[in-house]
Amino acid sequence: MKLQEYTTSAHNFEECMKCTVCTAYCPVLQVNPLYPGPKQAGPDGERLRLKDPYFFNYALKYCLNCKRCEVACPSGVKVADLIQSARIKYDTHPPKLRDQMLASTDFMGKLARPFAPIVNAVTDLGVTKKTLDMVLDIDHRRTFPKYSGRSFEGWLKRRSKEQAAFPEQVAYFHGCYVNYNYPQLGKDLVKVLNALGVGVQLLDDEKCCGIAMIANGMAREAAKHAQHNVDVLGKAVSRGLKVVTTSSTCTLTMRDEYPELLKVDNSAVRDSLLMATRFIYEKLEQGATLKFRADYHKKVAYHTPCHLEKLGWGVFSERLLRMIPGVEFTMLASNCCGMSGTYGFKKENYEASQAIGAPLFEQIKAVNPDVVACDCETCKWQIEMSTGYPVMNPISILAEALE
Amino acid sequence: MNPNEFDVIIIGGGITGAGTQRDCAMRGLRTLLIERSDIATGATGRNHGLLHSGARYAVNDAESAEECIRENMILRRIAAHCIDETDGLFITLPEDDLGYQQTFVDACKKAGIGAEIIDPELAKRLEPSVNPDLIGAVKVPDGSVDPFRLCAANMLDAKLHGGQVRLHTEVTGFIREGDTIKGVHTLNHQTGEETDYYAPITVNSCGIWGQHIAELAGVRVGMFPAKGALLIFAHRVNNMVINRCRKPSNADILVPGDTVCVIGTTSTRIPFEECDNVAVTPDEVTLLITEGAKLAPSLSETRILRAYAGVRPLVSADDDPSGRNISRGIVCLDHEERDGLKGFITITGGKLMTYRLMAEIATDLVCRKLAVNKACTTAETPLPGSEEKSYEAVAQKVWESPTTAQKAAASRMGTRASRIRSANRRDDDLICECEEVSVGEINAAIDRMDVSTLTDLRRRTRVGMGTCQGEFCACRAAGLLAKAHGCVERERKDLADFLQERWKGNFPIGWGDTLREAEYTQWIYKHVLGL
Repeated sequence: MKLQEYTTSAHNFEECMKCTVCTAYCPVLQVNPLYPGPKQAGPDGERLRLKDPYFFNYALKYCLNCKRCEVACPSGVKVADLIQSARIKYDTHPPKLRDQMLASTDFMGKLARPFAPIVNAVTDLGVTKKTLDMVLDIDHRRTFPKYSGRSFEGWLKRRSKEQAAFPEQVAYFHGCYVNYNYPQLGKDLVKVLNALGVGVQLLDDEKCCGIAMIANGMAREAAKHAQHNVDVLGKAVSRGLKVVTTSSTCTLTMRDEYPELLKVDNSAVRDSLLMATRFIYEKLEQGATLKFRADYHKKVAYHTPCHLEKLGWGVFSERLLRMIPGVEFTMLASNCCGMSGTYGFKKENYEASQAIGAPLFEQIKAVNPDVVACDCETCKWQIEMSTGYPVMNPISILAEALE
Repeated sequence: MNPNEFDVIIIGGGITGAGTQRDCAMRGLRTLLIERSDIATGATGRNHGLLHSGARYAVNDAESAEECIRENMILRRIAAHCIDETDGLFITLPEDDLGYQQTFVDACKKAGIGAEIIDPELAKRLEPSVNPDLIGAVKVPDGSVDPFRLCAANMLDAKLHGGQVRLHTEVTGFIREGDTIKGVHTLNHQTGEETDYYAPITVNSCGIWGQHIAELAGVRVGMFPAKGALLIFAHRVNNMVINRCRKPSNADILVPGDTVCVIGTTSTRIPFEECDNVAVTPDEVTLLITEGAKLAPSLSETRILRAYAGVRPLVSADDDPSGRNISRGIVCLDHEERDGLKGFITITGGKLMTYRLMAEIATDLVCRKLAVNKACTTAETPLPGSEEKSYEAVAQKVWESPTTAQKAAASRMGTRASRIRSANRRDDDLICECEEVSVGEINAAIDRMDVSTLTDLRRRTRVGMGTCQGEFCACRAAGLLAKAHGCVERERKDLADFLQERWKGNFPIGWGDTLREAEYTQWIYKHVLGL
């Protein structure tokens, strides 16, 4: 046994040097004094919680899990993981009905799809919003994502033969949003990949990545999803396929949250799972080409989602957008939009959520782009609602600009 | 009446002195306690902080074992806020003799210690950090005790009963008339003031330094200084005390204490002159980690925060000046009977665990000499702060929905936490982020608990005891002290001394994250703050 050759601790909490950079970068702490901040909630709190779970602080629920603290940490402490793990381990309150509903994106999507036009019309009504606010504490000022009448899965299934004809193949983890709310993004991806000579396959029955469950006190259910998805991804990977995604949060969840928070081993699939922007960028680097419309012109402001910053992959989206001849590109400053999935829907978080996003909204208004580009669906909802500017995934902009 | 006259003067601000002052004060005596440095600076603050069940002594020293379990049960009643009722395990490893277990359990039963043989599998479930190779386990009522808190609470209670305390004041000589000690000459190290105090009885409760005090009084008490080194790990690895079930040896006790855990100890005879300046050697560090990892293997990969050493106040029995027969039991010397010197008593030997009993024995003798007929009540009366059994109850009573810092304050101050109910928002600001100590808690300590330096403050509040070792809290606390004492210059020097003292404990284990953090601390204080 090598004594003290190296030291270990849960999520590296002992590596904290108390430099407090995480605290300076936390978007919540600046707007919500009830939140103890990442250093207190993370490595500092952990020592007390190890003494007695009684020291767990319920104010940890105000953490957005944006991971900006982890990006900032120069010592490699997984601050956000510490906080989320503590919530999973010590928060004994069962999730509220509202939180269960918000967390079950898969289930709610399946339920709503057949009645999409009615559901969309109803959720848009002021009276519905008031009721949801009063009964469930879902803030009435929120706009709900629309449901699509037809699923993306059905659309791609009908084209499976045609896709199988391409010389190269990838599998696509579309996620709940593309499947139930916005199949167009999936169609856009298929268009771009096909242009590169790559056919797109569905996974064998993917489930929601589980991030909303993790955030809403349903870690056990999330772990079931995680194990299912790792198995499903494993099947594709064992056939030699890469798995691409268009949602930064789903990707981060499956790559990092599965092993760190849910203790689900994803080592067999982790390196094969990547954002489609990275996959496309690498193809182009290797010599593939895309032909763009000569008449395309768009002023694009790009917002890097926090989870994409954590992955370190924002650069791929940025490079691809800059590559389009007609794009006038602006890189927005690194800021959190404040939405963070289901967080911003909750009545108690609405004010904080909007205050966090304010600097981003102001910059967007100052830039006055034709469209904001962003790889995250919940950032999209927040920015569209708060600024009025349309938001598109970089993949959709690529598809639109293709000849 | 002369304000410098008392019924009894107690020399030494360790747990024995504090306990004796409390007992004397509760029996109505006018008491003065004199300490050359701060509370709990000797062996009191330099041990495991183990609330012994007595099991460790059961086989070889039945008397100590019986004393321990009795006092253990008493302390749970009277010192709830200083104690963590963790229970303990005595584990047998494959290299140990499993046959010893039965001898051990029988001896425990005889001493009245509830020792229960449990399945090693159950032991692993109860304490997941325990060495999984164990072949036997016995559960005993061990626990952990915060010696600083215990010492401060005793002294505070003495003051609440009219006692007076002079810290940073050294006894430089005795006032002697014929064969009677009438009082002491003292020097205050902070003010340079020399003062004489008078009392018909003086109690020498200076631990290992009692030899020196006895010399000043003109009598000889032969002490045998034995150094014990310990390591503090930066977080709690275990939640139960883990001991080895074998003949007591080196580094075979791992105690969870507050937010850390402590492995120890070694035992080395040192010359008396070295008692004031003991250092931990590299060999001791290696031994502690190697043996510690046998109790809980994860210690080999756990960050170490500090190393420290204390000196046990062992006394050679009177009939054996050679030192062969060293007692760990309580020694109370009536120097009138022993040396013909009236008005002078030495109480020494013993252990942190038995401090209350030592105080009772000494106070009984004081009362006999002063012809005071009052019974001891320290075994039934809770210390200030310990009126509630749990800190949960305290926190819930004081604050509607306590924050982590408020819960932590309740765990340190017990019922006295109600005194820091914050007057304004600033009082809730944190000074120490590692241990969650607020401005309000620091000010409460400065106001009521004889704090003159940052190190004093640390012993009373845990400021600077966390992983940052003063990196952030020291300068903030120094600000509050400078304000309270109205002197910036003195506080600057105090801050430098404090950081130097923190580094002393980091140095023997200066590697990995602890070294990184120490370097960072140095950078902040030297290059950012210009200290």
